[in-house]
Amino acid sequence: MGVSRLREFITKNKEVFNQASFVAQLICILHLNKTHISTVVLSHGPSMLPTLNITPDLLLAERLSPRLGKVGTGDIVIVRSPVAPRKVVTKRVIGVEGDSVTYVVDPNTSDRCETIVVPKGHIWVQGDNIYASTDSRRFGPVPYGLLEGRVFFRIWPPKDFGPLERKLHK
Amino acid sequence: MGTRKFLWDVAKKYFTVGLITFTISDYASVIHVRGASMTPTFNPETNTTFGSLTDDMVLVEKFCLTNYKFSRGDVVVFSSPSNYKEKHIKRIIGLPGDWIGEAPYSYDAIKVPEGHCWVEGDNPAFSLDSRAYGPVPLGLVRGRVTHIVWPPQRIGDVNRIFPQDRLSPN
Repeated sequence: MGVSRLREFITKNKEVFNQASFVAQLICILHLNKTHISTVVLSHGPSMLPTLNITPDLLLAERLSPRLGKVGTGDIVIVRSPVAPRKVVTKRVIGVEGDSVTYVVDPNTSDRCETIVVPKGHIWVQGDNIYASTDSRRFGPVPYGLLEGRVFFRIWPPKDFGPLERKLHK
Repeated sequence: MGTRKFLWDVAKKYFTVGLITFTISDYASVIHVRGASMTPTFNPETNTTFGSLTDDMVLVEKFCLTNYKFSRGDVVVFSSPSNYKEKHIKRIIGLPGDWIGEAPYSYDAIKVPEGHCWVEGDNPAFSLDSRAYGPVPLGLVRGRVTHIVWPPQRIGDVNRIFPQDRLSPN
């Protein structure tokens, strides 16, 4: 009795069930896309001048190449900050594991340079504006696992709409 | 014609179920524990002849990643700092600002830096952990282990054990 009544109820509300399942699928697809394939990031602050503006830029980042280990020197990436795990920062990859990186320790006060070999499983990230950027010069090489995505496209502002190229330092 | 429609319906159902499972696995998932580094909490008797058959399965929740708040004594899953593809399961001993004695009965103490944690296995003799590679960024944490779900005789919560002797008093 109960089963037949349930079946009747389902056939009556088939349309509603279909709609609900469609909405659920849509939400799942959006969620999976955001966490595994691509995401929109809002970057602000002076650290990536002149590539990115000081006013908020809307960027598209894909999450596949960090997962496949395809991130290389010159890519703009989003990284979970090692010193503040709730923050995600936008920087450029300067060196991958095994590279030797020479950097100016503090360009505001002196020209002192230091050279370091990036350890296994780590990357060296720096802002394009070395005068106002908190990056690997402050907190050292970053574990590859902290990479959240590779920025490849800019949506906003409209005058800069277009793909962002891989650029080698200097 | 009928079989084709049937196959199409089955495929659609599988697709929906797959999507929903995949989405749920972003919030909670079940993983295998390998190795003896967390004995006696996980894998209390390591049996080399049966290998992975006798390994424990544990439930990992990922809601803690929304604000990265952890307590001392939590068991967490994190990517290895030297190889992002490897996942390790260890216990958090120290949080940012804590002073940790480098080894039991040692007088050298290390301060855990901002945004990092100190992780150790429950079985110090078989564990590769912060004593080998130093503090780990909290951003590498992928989830918190809450329950043991397999084998059946050991189903239950994972307790928050906190070895007091590892923290230096200063």
